[in-house]
Order: sequence, then C-alpha cells, then structure tokens
Amino acid sequence: MNVITDHLSEFGDGLLLTVELTLLSLAGALVAGIVVAAMRVSPVRVLRAAGMAYVEVLQNIPLLVWLVIAVFGLPEIGVIAGLFTTSVVVIVLYQGAYTAEAIRSGINAVPAGQGEAARALGLTFTQSLRLVVLPQALRTVVQPLGNIAIMTLMNTALAAAVGVVELTSAANRVNLAEAKPIWIFVTAGLAYMALSGLLGLTTGVLERKWAILR
Amino acid sequence: MIEVRGLHKRFGAHTALHEVDLDVARGEVVVVVGPSGSGKSTLCRCLNRLETPDGGVIRIDGAELPEEGRALARLRADVGMVFQSFNLFQHKTILDNLTLAPVRVRGLSKDEAERNARELLDRVGIGAQAEKLPAQLSGGQQQRAAIARALAMRPKAMLFDEPTSALDPEMVGEVLDVMTDLARDGMTMVVVTHEMGFARQVADRVVFMADGEVVETGTPAAFFDSPTSDRARDFLAKVLSH
Repeated sequence: MNVITDHLSEFGDGLLLTVELTLLSLAGALVAGIVVAAMRVSPVRVLRAAGMAYVEVLQNIPLLVWLVIAVFGLPEIGVIAGLFTTSVVVIVLYQGAYTAEAIRSGINAVPAGQGEAARALGLTFTQSLRLVVLPQALRTVVQPLGNIAIMTLMNTALAAAVGVVELTSAANRVNLAEAKPIWIFVTAGLAYMALSGLLGLTTGVLERKWAILR
Repeated sequence: MIEVRGLHKRFGAHTALHEVDLDVARGEVVVVVGPSGSGKSTLCRCLNRLETPDGGVIRIDGAELPEEGRALARLRADVGMVFQSFNLFQHKTILDNLTLAPVRVRGLSKDEAERNARELLDRVGIGAQAEKLPAQLSGGQQQRAAIARALAMRPKAMLFDEPTSALDPEMVGEVLDVMTDLARDGMTMVVVTHEMGFARQVADRVVFMADGEVVETGTPAAFFDSPTSDRARDFLAKVLSH
C-alpha cells in the first residue's frame, strides 16, 4: 500500500492530466461531431461527400497510428506543437468521427415532419437544423454519446505511448521505480473506473432531464 | 394569388401529378378532394415546394417559386402550412412553437412575438395551454396550435394538408371551426381534406382530383349535386353513402 501513498503526487498529476485530456477531447469531439453530422445531412453534395470521407478516414485507422503520425510526422513538415496539444487535437478529430455518426443517427430519428414544418415557416435549412432538428437529435443520442465519452476517456491512455504523462504513463513510471505492477496498475484501473462511473452517472441524469415527450 | 400551370411530379416510376393547372384568387377557399393516391397532398406540398416539382410552373403573387435557398425560405414565410400530423416542435412549449419563426425569420422582438402568440392562442381557444409541451395536448388542441403557429407569420395564404385526418372523430369539429372562422375572415386557403361537409359549406370552389389529374372543378353545389365526370360520381357515391 505504501507504494501508492509514497507516490500520491505522481498519481495525482497523472489523474489530473487524464481528466484534462478527457474534458477537452469531449468538448472538441462534440463540436466536431455536430459539424460533421450537419455536413452529412446537408443538401449540398460536396459537403455530404466531405463529411463521409472524414468519418471513413478517421474511423478506419487506429487512434494509436494517428497519434504516432501526428507526434512524429507533423514536425517533419514544420508543424510544431506540444505533445499534450497534439494529443488533444488528434483525439478530438478521432472521437469526432464517432460522435458525428451517433448524432447523425439521432438526426435520422427525428420525424421528417419536424424539419418540414420548420422550413414551411420560412426557416432556412441551416436554421431548421440548428433550432429544430439538432436539439431533438442530441436529446435522443445522450446514451450513445455517453458511451463515446467513456471510450474517449479510455482512449486518452494511448497518449502515454507518445510521451504524455497522464494516468497510465504516470503509473508506468512509478512501476519502473517500485516494481509493484499489481498494486500500481490496479490503482490506476480503479481511478479509470471511478471516472467512467462519473461519466455514466452524468449521462443518466442528462438523459432523464432531456427526455422528449412524444 | 396562386397560379399553377402544367405541374408534373413523379416518384420513381409513379406519376403523382400530371399536367395540373390550378388558380386560387385572393381570399378564395379552394377545397381539394379525391380518392387516396390521387395526388392532392402532393399538389399541396408542391405549392410551397416541400416537394420539388419535375415540371410546370407555380407562381405565388406573380412570382415564380425559386429554387431551394433563402428566396424560397422568404416565400414560404408568407404561405402558412398545416400538416396532417401537426408537426409541432416536440421539444418546445406551445408558446415557443408560435414565437420561433416570427423572431428568427421576421425579426420580431421576443415580447412582441409572445403578445401576438397569446392573442392567436386565445383566438383558437387554447390560451390556457401556452406553457405546455405539444405531447401534453389532445390532437385537436395540437392541430389548433399548429394553425396558430402558421398564422403567427401573418401569411398571405394557408395550405392545409388533410388537417383532420389524424384526429379522433370528436376532435374534428373544433379544428374545422377554426378553419371556418379563418375562411370567413377572408384568408386565401387551399384545403386538402376528406371532410365533405366542410367542402360543401366553406369552399368557394371544389377541385376533384383522381390519378394525378384535376378531373373536375366547380362550386360546391355544382360538384356535390351534379358532378359531370364518372370518376367524381363514383367517388361521391362512396364517400357520401355512409
């Protein structure tokens, strides 16, 4: 047990960085997801194609590969950014693709009459999407978005592979010094569980609060 | 006010509208009747381009319907539409349903839009329901709210696409009453319906459609008492026999 208490500050710093990575990635992925989902249902063919290409390219290459490409590849073409920033941007873009697909399924679940009624009142396509369709779509996909949020949290651990000292990386460092893998990684695992439990609870609360009466 | 020439619409191999002509004068109430699948709803939905026609011309107030975009949105703002399935915005209160477009499209202040909205809700008899969500209202109340929502834009004309077809029988009357009042106030209306009583009493002109064509058009008295075509006689025999 001493191995944990002796290294509380390292664990704490790692945990904090994991939380920061997760929250920034979630916020960014939600924005990216909404934009890409809107593109995928747009009446403009070029936008639809671009949205689809984005989702296909991002989803069909593993996140770890994207991280390695960004961290080691971008500097070669002159794009220099910190490891943390690079990791956030890559996770945002990657999770954004999954978020977009979840939101698109929500948009498809909104009855067509809602958008028709909005357009019949003189709202433009963009207005009807933003004011009528998306608010309803997002409420119906709270649960899948919650799952994506948990997946995002878990995926932040991959940032350890490119040198970001988040929780997994911090645990690894402590283990290199102490060689008590069971204690150290079980503790890290429990911390992840606690965080994902929080995300799950939040999802449940939001889902009840935003349920749409039909 | 509304002028349709040679309107054509296909869904795949099926021809929904074939060479349809229609004129609606300002203040006129035109009721479109006909068997299911005759194209009357499609005609109604083409008038504000919720369905894109495959051919022909539609003019509203002399101006041809533009392609999808801002100009079409502006034109739609002037033509109210009431749907079979009400289509009230499920996530907004009745009041917010009525104020959304006046604020966002007409640029009214929130206060002014709310004042107008409450007046309209009183006029259609559901002033007490303003703060409720659509799902908390009966079908008849929802449809009256939907009519009020369309009127909140102060439209030049109103389209009704089978407004009572999804209602329980005891709620049809309250909706037809609102529509009758509207007609008496001089609103230009195109009404697609199966309510023959309404057609007879309120219509200035009845348009009978079958198989995507306008088969017969005339005053309610002429159409109901002495239809000239076989298809109209056949249709009337079926709907008036019970």
